[in-house]
Amino acid sequence: MTLDASRGAQQEAPPELVQLLTPEGERVEHPDYDVDLTPEEVRSLYRDLVLVRRIDLEAVALQRQGELGIWASLLGQEAAQIGSGRALTDSDMAFPTYREHGVAWCRDVDPVKLLGLFRGVNHGGWDPQEHNFHLYTIVIGSQTLHAVGYAMGIQRDDASAATIVYFGDGATSQGDVNESFIWASVFNAPIVFFCQNNQWAISEPLEKQTRIPLYRRASGFGFPGIRVDGNDVFACLAVTRKALEAARTGQGPTLIEAFTYRMGAHTTTDDPTRYRVASELEAWKLKDPIERVKAYLFKNELADQEFFDSVDEEAAQLGADLRRRCLALPDPQPLDIFEHVYREPHALIDQERAQFAGYLEGFEK
Amino acid sequence: MTVLSLSKALNEGMRKAMEDDPKVLIMGEDVGKLGGVFRVTDGLQKDFGEDRVIDTPLAESGIIGTAIGLALRGYRPVCEIQFDGFVFPAADQIITQLAKMPMRSLGAIKLPVVVRIPCGGGIGAVEHHSESPEAYFTHTSGLRVVACSNPADAYTMIQQAIRCDDPVVFFEPKRRYWEKGDIDTSSSDWWAPFDAAKVVRRGSDATLLAYGPMVKTCLEAAAAAEEDGRSLEVVDLRSLNPLDEAVIMESARRTGRVVVVHEAPVYNGFGAELAARVTEQCFYHLEAPVLRVGGFSTPYPPSKLEEHYLPDLDRVLDAVDRAFGF
Repeated sequence: MTLDASRGAQQEAPPELVQLLTPEGERVEHPDYDVDLTPEEVRSLYRDLVLVRRIDLEAVALQRQGELGIWASLLGQEAAQIGSGRALTDSDMAFPTYREHGVAWCRDVDPVKLLGLFRGVNHGGWDPQEHNFHLYTIVIGSQTLHAVGYAMGIQRDDASAATIVYFGDGATSQGDVNESFIWASVFNAPIVFFCQNNQWAISEPLEKQTRIPLYRRASGFGFPGIRVDGNDVFACLAVTRKALEAARTGQGPTLIEAFTYRMGAHTTTDDPTRYRVASELEAWKLKDPIERVKAYLFKNELADQEFFDSVDEEAAQLGADLRRRCLALPDPQPLDIFEHVYREPHALIDQERAQFAGYLEGFEK
Repeated sequence: MTVLSLSKALNEGMRKAMEDDPKVLIMGEDVGKLGGVFRVTDGLQKDFGEDRVIDTPLAESGIIGTAIGLALRGYRPVCEIQFDGFVFPAADQIITQLAKMPMRSLGAIKLPVVVRIPCGGGIGAVEHHSESPEAYFTHTSGLRVVACSNPADAYTMIQQAIRCDDPVVFFEPKRRYWEKGDIDTSSSDWWAPFDAAKVVRRGSDATLLAYGPMVKTCLEAAAAAEEDGRSLEVVDLRSLNPLDEAVIMESARRTGRVVVVHEAPVYNGFGAELAARVTEQCFYHLEAPVLRVGGFSTPYPPSKLEEHYLPDLDRVLDAVDRAFGF
């Protein structure tokens, strides 16, 4: 192929999108991906979606009332997170950004522990090893390398486990993400790269990050990439399961691009009306990840109104409970500044802690 | 006792650490078959295999970032950054992740990662191969920063760094790689923790504070000064973060004159911290201000000029003379 022909080829072939459940709640087939879910399992996924949306809404409200310094909303991305999160087994390890509240839910991280970072009481309040869910990472893309290294550790342990790492469309421009692709490819690491393409990196649209569909980047690095309807929890579950299984069985990395939309602001400090049009938001509202599961359950008579009411009631209680426990989070003490900086005794930290303690005591006299 | 070069001492230290603990890994560019561009990892891949001595892709951020992930899985990676001037692509991973993740986890996780960096000039190299970037890392909380100056310390300190549960930035004086010294490799009776400073020459008239490649320069200066009737004490700091203040301040109070020597630019260099701390803690014992000898506030010069840039015996003794002029 000549260079000119190659340039033209970039524009060809519209991207395929793996979808198993339409926005209208119709179940559709895909030749390569399927999920065989019991009615109970579908109801359970619906419950997950509703509850994590409620956690998110409560956190946004807490920020608006000054109880959190900031919050990064997952609104619109529930299916991508619950679908992929529920594909994980206990021994798999997940590396999140700072927006994976839905994955945290799947890993049994108490939602109130997510709030510590955003309330300013700590930089991350859970034990990653207890949940096989790493700490939130704020520097964009850094965690992709940690995830690959962890996957290399799995290889050395000869363990049957996989690693999944989350990042966004903006992160794909970062050097670390590209280096992680190279590392994973060269070492055939057991990892799934799960990119939630929510179309916006704060104010920058996708075309500021890429000229090709993101999932096609994978082929240049030497492993498969696939685009999935990120608002379809069935498809996200099916595609992620298959990719994780490939990783666990020595077939190496996969890039999944979950095509979704950030329905809210980047964080609570952001104002999306400055850079995107309302009609875009309205169009994506019709693809809501929760409504389509609800429609599917209704249409197929897999759930009754009593079920939906009970989930709503559970969500309301979860929100109220989260609010109560957020407000009850104890403030850290001044000398906590010096805690956990080093594992082993450190003369400088000890010296400064003692000096500051003496200074504080001076006010008590 | 065996006689080993500094690079071979590091090699033997890493070999011992790998034998003692199967979780210890070596990773970096060209560390495998080649044995590293300075041969510090020579033979380790042959003996421990490609899974434990990992030739990585050529990307420094990737080396540190994946080392963090391996450490999270229970491994103890020892990363080689090929040259001091190439550490900067990894600076983000070192500063924002390696140094801070343990605190982020409220102590739930540890990151026993060693970042080995050949540092300093004096080997006639091209640009980016002669830097002294220690102050960037001593300024970063969460890291331990150490520098070895001789083969015996290299052998023990690298093992201590690998055993440490905190991340350690380990500076190796590249122009001293070929210096030889006696090492007792049969003993694991280490004389002191790796963050202890050491008086390497006793003296009574002035104290020279140095680390890494400048320790030898200071010892030579002290020997020359003795002929002029001046008794100089030389302290090898060994650890820059944390600092062994007890040894430093005791010496400063005893001699009353302190000269700090490093290759890095004087302006905002590590010597500024030493000068400030000595002044704060020994003010009434000092006969002169703490003076600093180091590189200029210029980029590291082309190698034809490096002998003028690097502190040498005469520059050190000139500073000592000035200290006696107050």
